[in-house]
Amino acid sequence: MTIQFNKETFRDDYSFKNSDWAIQRFPFPFHEDSYMYSVNMEQHRGGPAGSVYEKRFDVDEHYISEMEDRAMVLADDPLRCQSLPHMTLAGWDLLELIMVSKSEDYPDLFELHREGDIWRWINKPMGIDDTFTFLDETTLPYGPMEYITRQTQGDFCVLDQRDDNLWMDAGMVTTQADWSLDFDIGMNFFEWHAPVPLAHEKGIFKRALKFLLNIQQGAPARRLNWTMTVNPLLDTSPENYHKWGIQKTTLTPENIGAKQHLRVELQSFFRLPRSNALVFPIRCYLIAFQDIVKSPKWGRRLHRVIRDLPEELATYKGFIDNRPMMLDFLSKYDDGLPTSPGVFPDNETEPALQK
Amino acid sequence: MSAAPQRAKAGAEKIEVIVSAVLPLNDLVTRFEFKRKDGNRFPTFSAGAHTVVHMRDGDRQRLNPYSLMSDPADTETYAISVRRDDEGRGGSLFMHNNVKVGDAMEITYPVNLFSLDLRAKKHVFLAGGIGITPFMAMIAQLERSSDSWELHYSVRTEALGTYVDQLVSKYPNKVRIYYDDQSQSINLENLLDGQPLGTNVYVCGPKGMIDWVHKTAAAAGWPDANVHSEEFTAPQPGKEFQVRLCRSEKTITVGENESLLEAMEREGVDAPFLCRGGACGQCETNVVSSDGEFIHRDHWLEPDEHGNKIMPCVSRFIGKSLEIDR
Amino acid sequence: MSKFQFPESIKSRPVYGTLKARPGKYHLMIADAEGAEAILHLHEQDAGLMAKAHIIYIPKGSNLGERLRAIRPAQYYEGPTYEAAASRIERVLEATHMGTQIYLTGTEGLMGQAMRACMNAGIPHTAIQTEHRGSVARRMQCVHCKGITEDVETDPFECSHCGLNLFVRDHYSRRLAAFQGVCIDAEDPGNVPEKVELYK
Repeated sequence: MTIQFNKETFRDDYSFKNSDWAIQRFPFPFHEDSYMYSVNMEQHRGGPAGSVYEKRFDVDEHYISEMEDRAMVLADDPLRCQSLPHMTLAGWDLLELIMVSKSEDYPDLFELHREGDIWRWINKPMGIDDTFTFLDETTLPYGPMEYITRQTQGDFCVLDQRDDNLWMDAGMVTTQADWSLDFDIGMNFFEWHAPVPLAHEKGIFKRALKFLLNIQQGAPARRLNWTMTVNPLLDTSPENYHKWGIQKTTLTPENIGAKQHLRVELQSFFRLPRSNALVFPIRCYLIAFQDIVKSPKWGRRLHRVIRDLPEELATYKGFIDNRPMMLDFLSKYDDGLPTSPGVFPDNETEPALQK
Repeated sequence: MSAAPQRAKAGAEKIEVIVSAVLPLNDLVTRFEFKRKDGNRFPTFSAGAHTVVHMRDGDRQRLNPYSLMSDPADTETYAISVRRDDEGRGGSLFMHNNVKVGDAMEITYPVNLFSLDLRAKKHVFLAGGIGITPFMAMIAQLERSSDSWELHYSVRTEALGTYVDQLVSKYPNKVRIYYDDQSQSINLENLLDGQPLGTNVYVCGPKGMIDWVHKTAAAAGWPDANVHSEEFTAPQPGKEFQVRLCRSEKTITVGENESLLEAMEREGVDAPFLCRGGACGQCETNVVSSDGEFIHRDHWLEPDEHGNKIMPCVSRFIGKSLEIDR
Repeated sequence: MSKFQFPESIKSRPVYGTLKARPGKYHLMIADAEGAEAILHLHEQDAGLMAKAHIIYIPKGSNLGERLRAIRPAQYYEGPTYEAAASRIERVLEATHMGTQIYLTGTEGLMGQAMRACMNAGIPHTAIQTEHRGSVARRMQCVHCKGITEDVETDPFECSHCGLNLFVRDHYSRRLAAFQGVCIDAEDPGNVPEKVELYK
């Protein structure tokens, strides 16, 4: 299908909106009525047609607007995109991975023509047609990682692998769930996850690291993560927290359905061939509470998950103060009926709300 | 998440290939080159990577890891060099005696457990015998990126100096050869002394050489993190033993000349693996019960795990009974 | 003794040890204030070290410099601040080779900045020894304006650059040699808890 790109904003007047298509395919992260950390990895090799899991790098109706928002963030703060000197080769690996994937998966939107090291890249939605020499930085307007990630939705962490650990040595991070690339760059896997509560004690990170170190070429993996955001704000950075933090206090029982968003990250992991680095794309999807509850199953389940979430997690995810108001809203969409297993809305088979 | 659950397959992804060249290099070492069967290009790889070659030896499947030693940027051809091991379990003999140009084989995608530290200000390679192979690819990669390197290569005799002529003629100022039969040896203390900060040393060769390099470098005050070694262990033959596979509900016998992993594969049990050399950790298996002694040969398990875990690719067991979670 | 037992914390927070003599061709020791005591202790362990040692010391008001001089290191330098010593440290690192041992001791700010200089020169952080001595004040980066405030002794504290009220986190960046400070009253402007001394 041809994607109709939205004209919308993720700041100021917040005109961001999901179409019915985007709501239907939203990556709802809860496969059962409760949530706890786990190493919930699976292979990233397609998924149901039309779902966000189908392509290697999902392109949706928010593409153009998200790229405009990224350009604004970078203009304000260039430190959101950094690459330590030894990561340039990995940047080229990433550029190749994305250009090959997108031109194969979306031939109507992207084209890649290669004659030896001379590459021509056409990005129709963004109106880009560039010819450059592969592995020659002087032929691109930015470094290879920055060039391609200014044209690809989601944040990107490029991880160097050495000493049996992964090191956050490069990244493009403008749609993050409250962590700072500028602060965390250079850290290892345990260090950049240090502020996350409970998971270290449960051994989650040790197991996750073992898994990630063994991800091989040709066998990418993925998982989901989630948090909450008031207003469809992509750039919930610590850098700007003193500006956006106050927005969390603007929720009212009247506006919560429209203002409160579930924020889901589709995280994927690809081994990069030349550098042996690992790229970790973190694609952020936002959905308003009022759109989630259009699917009865999702409404029931979200209420139960938020209600039963351990206090440490609600605090870490930054919504402990707003939880009572969220539950007041969500409880109206929970009639106590059982839910079907799995993440999909199953709107055809799940019963309508009984209250 | 269960958006599209797929069970992970054992081992890395495979590529079907045709043997495009078999080139004996000397009495012991033969080079094998592969092209893709489907005519496509191979994936690029990072220097230091290996591939696992699947050999069909009658009704027996042999899987041996070999370093990719071609130029990583060459996506037309992959090459490995195999040293004939007359004492080994037969994989290298099979390659030498049975594999011919035009044969169809399967190899895995590249897996790298011996990668370059790209932060290094200088790379010093120490090779012993067939241990030269990963360095052939590393040198090609570093030449392309104009990074600083040098190679110290120890061989038994001139006649057994695999790739010596090629290396010396191409890089006369960066390569130094040491012939055992002329009583030449690498003066390691001297070599390590005076290297600039940020130098990384890589060693690939016999176990004794690897241990010597680690020990000498530590004594000279080098950080562990700057000394890299390819710690592949070939599975060793041993006494036959029986093992109960709980999950598969099978009791199997591991023969003298096969590994526990190979025995499981022979019995149709889909066990995970990557390196088949005790280094990557992928085949780690829980021990449910045991009455006897383990022969742990891997580089993965911590000593405190030796009673309740085993790496089936290289480790064995002697005793009354063994039950594992596979 | 001026040793402080830091409470257990998150995985990004540095953990300091006790300096031990290690084999090496050259021993670079960088210390401030009471860090001198740790070097004196190192000398007690292995006096032979000093013939190959270069000590760079920032007294910060302490009077232990004379005692350091007395253990006769091959090279001795005393400077008023880390910043003043920084270019000297870089120059020394430029000329040193693999096998050099690094010993850092004193305040967290000193150790962090010296470690950063060593890492930039190509020494892995895992190979650098550290021992905390003296003040528990921290070097903090304001995540908002990126300004660094030295010797922060209270939580919260006021950013010396942008003036925001910052909460003192244990999250630490080796690359910046600083802990992270995050606005404490973003969700309730003006509601700033009373300052308390760190670890009190």
